[in-house]
Amino acid sequence: MSKTTPLNATHRALGARMVDFGGYDMPVNYGSQIDEHHAVRDDAGMFDVSHMRVVDLDGEGARDFLAHALANDVARLGTPGKALYSCLLREDGGVLDDLIAYWRGGDRFRLVVNAGTADKDIAWLRTLADRTGARVDLAPRADLALVAVQGPNARAKLWRALPGSEAATASLAPFNAATFTRDRVEYFIARTGYTGEDGFEIALPATHVEALWTALIEAGVKPCGLGARDTLRLEAGMNLYGQDMDEAVSPLESGLGWTVDRRAPRDFVGRAALERAPAARTLVGLVLEDGGGILRAHQRVSTPKGDGEITSGTFSPTMQRSIALARVPVGVAPGDRVMVAVRDKTLAARVVKPPFVRNGKVLV
Amino acid sequence: MNIPANLRYTSSHEWIRKELDGTLTIGITDHAQAALGDLVFIELPKVGRKLGAGEAAAVVESVKAASDVYAPVAGTVAAANADVQKSPETVNADAYAAWLYRLTPDDIATVDGLLDARGYQAVIAES
Repeated sequence: MSKTTPLNATHRALGARMVDFGGYDMPVNYGSQIDEHHAVRDDAGMFDVSHMRVVDLDGEGARDFLAHALANDVARLGTPGKALYSCLLREDGGVLDDLIAYWRGGDRFRLVVNAGTADKDIAWLRTLADRTGARVDLAPRADLALVAVQGPNARAKLWRALPGSEAATASLAPFNAATFTRDRVEYFIARTGYTGEDGFEIALPATHVEALWTALIEAGVKPCGLGARDTLRLEAGMNLYGQDMDEAVSPLESGLGWTVDRRAPRDFVGRAALERAPAARTLVGLVLEDGGGILRAHQRVSTPKGDGEITSGTFSPTMQRSIALARVPVGVAPGDRVMVAVRDKTLAARVVKPPFVRNGKVLV
Repeated sequence: MNIPANLRYTSSHEWIRKELDGTLTIGITDHAQAALGDLVFIELPKVGRKLGAGEAAAVVESVKAASDVYAPVAGTVAAANADVQKSPETVNADAYAAWLYRLTPDDIATVDGLLDARGYQAVIAES
């Protein structure tokens, strides 16, 4: 039996097709996934992402604890509200999860983690806190809902739907968050997302999410399902946990080397293992040159440097051709031509550096 | 769900229409297109290809996934609809107008063994 988000009945009333994702009953689309995709690239769309878990992490040891627990360096969080994308690694360097960490000022931090991994993450963080004796309180916030409003007009439409929020968030730079309170309801509004477009991700009390969702529809924001979320994030060159990386692979072989901060002599979980094992593979983008099929996860990729595998593949509604992320041997570079086994055919693809699309523009 | 009474069906979600010239026109059902989501790629069998009953004949791919389309009965491919190949979205718009291919059955009587609309309705109800 799947778990539900506070918007479950709302999705069903809107005619959503529902699927299980990360143990939750979630909308995959409300009609046409492609229309929803274009709404986000061209105007504004919204996603119920309440399946993702907010975990508040407070206490005088919180910053030092996160400096040890996360592969990216929380020292980068220099101003309250700042956000940081990071992997949570195992001792052997495998990726337990990817997450966003926010500094909320003082000793207060907030993590947003994936649905399917949340329980595992929280158990691991508690184990780590016990082991290191860190003075930190972990509070999973099941009382909060999460809505992502994305697209070139997303911010303006949120401001219309939530009067007063503009003053609190108009000056927010990307990857920063602010708190806005209205009628004693607190909205945690971050200029982040998973689509390659501008927009906000909003954490708010579950009791108030339906009102916000309805106001956003009235402001002209299109409800979008996880189907469009997947094509948007893939065009944006963003990894999906469990598909493009997992516990069995290193972040250095998952296109996430930029999130592993080794500049400071910081002792973080997984560091020693990463430094022992140099990356033999790399995550690249592929654009299918031929028609004749669609790139999909697990298809074999032949390159002059050896074989690799597609980790995520789809039809790009923006580019009108098939694109993919693939894990291939180190040395395969943008501009190379590779061959992909698509069903009973072998099709040519061009290697590119993701992202494929950002802010409505094709980049490859 | 739209299930025209004048067509035959398979439990793998193909619809079949008997034509006057003895061929069968084959497509995927409205239920199938809705479950697949927006179609973006269709591969059709070559004219003249011999197909066994239940053999994979065509491929329809949505943004999300690829699905085989099976031959409902044994026969020879008589035509393939190039229009749907160019515009896969027409299958989403009207699954019973956007046919995929035509088959000359080895034995026209085999068509009588396929599901009727009521039988197909029951298949969907179980799934």
